[in-house]
Amino acid sequence: MTTNTGAAQPISQEELVHAIQSATSEVFTTMLNLDVAPGEVFVEKEEAVPSSGVVSLIGLAGSWVGSGSLACSAACAAKLASALLMTPYTAIDEDVLDAVAELTNMIIGNVKTALESRLGAMGLSTPTVIYGRNFQTRSGGNQEWTVVPFALGEDQMFVQMCIAPCRDSIKKITRTGFPVPHLLPT
Amino acid sequence: MLDVLIVDDSAAIRKILQRVLRQTEIPIGTVYEAGDGVEALETLRRQAIGLVLSDINMPNMDGLEFLTKMREEHDWQGIPVLMVSTEGTQAKVLEAVERGASGYVRKPFTAEQIKEKLVGLI
Repeated sequence: MTTNTGAAQPISQEELVHAIQSATSEVFTTMLNLDVAPGEVFVEKEEAVPSSGVVSLIGLAGSWVGSGSLACSAACAAKLASALLMTPYTAIDEDVLDAVAELTNMIIGNVKTALESRLGAMGLSTPTVIYGRNFQTRSGGNQEWTVVPFALGEDQMFVQMCIAPCRDSIKKITRTGFPVPHLLPT
Repeated sequence: MLDVLIVDDSAAIRKILQRVLRQTEIPIGTVYEAGDGVEALETLRRQAIGLVLSDINMPNMDGLEFLTKMREEHDWQGIPVLMVSTEGTQAKVLEAVERGASGYVRKPFTAEQIKEKLVGLI
């Protein structure tokens, strides 16, 4: 299985899933002292997000471009922040959002490091965190998201990525991690 | 007492590192925080910092550029700098060392890993 449609890719779906599972387990074990149980992986055309809760997005750019995200309920986000900061949180506030952003940075950052030996150097953007109720997200283009659910006790968290070769013939590495818009005149 | 500067755009990481610093046997004085390399350089100009812990991926000025500029200043060349970053490739670690990093810890980290590195630097 390959990570995207088209020509053969240097990494397989299984390798990407393994990188996500390993990075998430390492971050949770090391920084939060929490065990996470990976669930059944699936592929979505659209990013799998809850209708309410917290979504943290981070971009990658280099010879390969894409995005990674962490999504969970507000209650789960508060638990994650409590474990990371060793301070009790029961509702979303700035500390909780920052904690979720940093967890995303560490997980996707470690996935990036694992993939770079095969895909080449990639830049990582600053995470963006969205929270609220009754929202949806959409990604541009025809991208597939590899979604890895994780069970955290009664809660569930999704770590997901979409990644594909950069379509530009000239390799461009943008510092922010988001791909150069192809619609802009060169 | 050692005054310390923590440089990271994540408030969560700054909190965690401050907590770890207070758990060491190193006599820590005031802990200053900066969200990027620009703020960090401004703090270095105003305060007598004895130790720096810095991330790499930050907006405005990343940790490697901050490190280079820091080492260009004669008065700051002897200050130990521990890099704490998700960037984990050997190339990135070598680049940090070449630019003047005194040590390197990859995120995620345990408190023990940070303490062990700090004891070796102080």
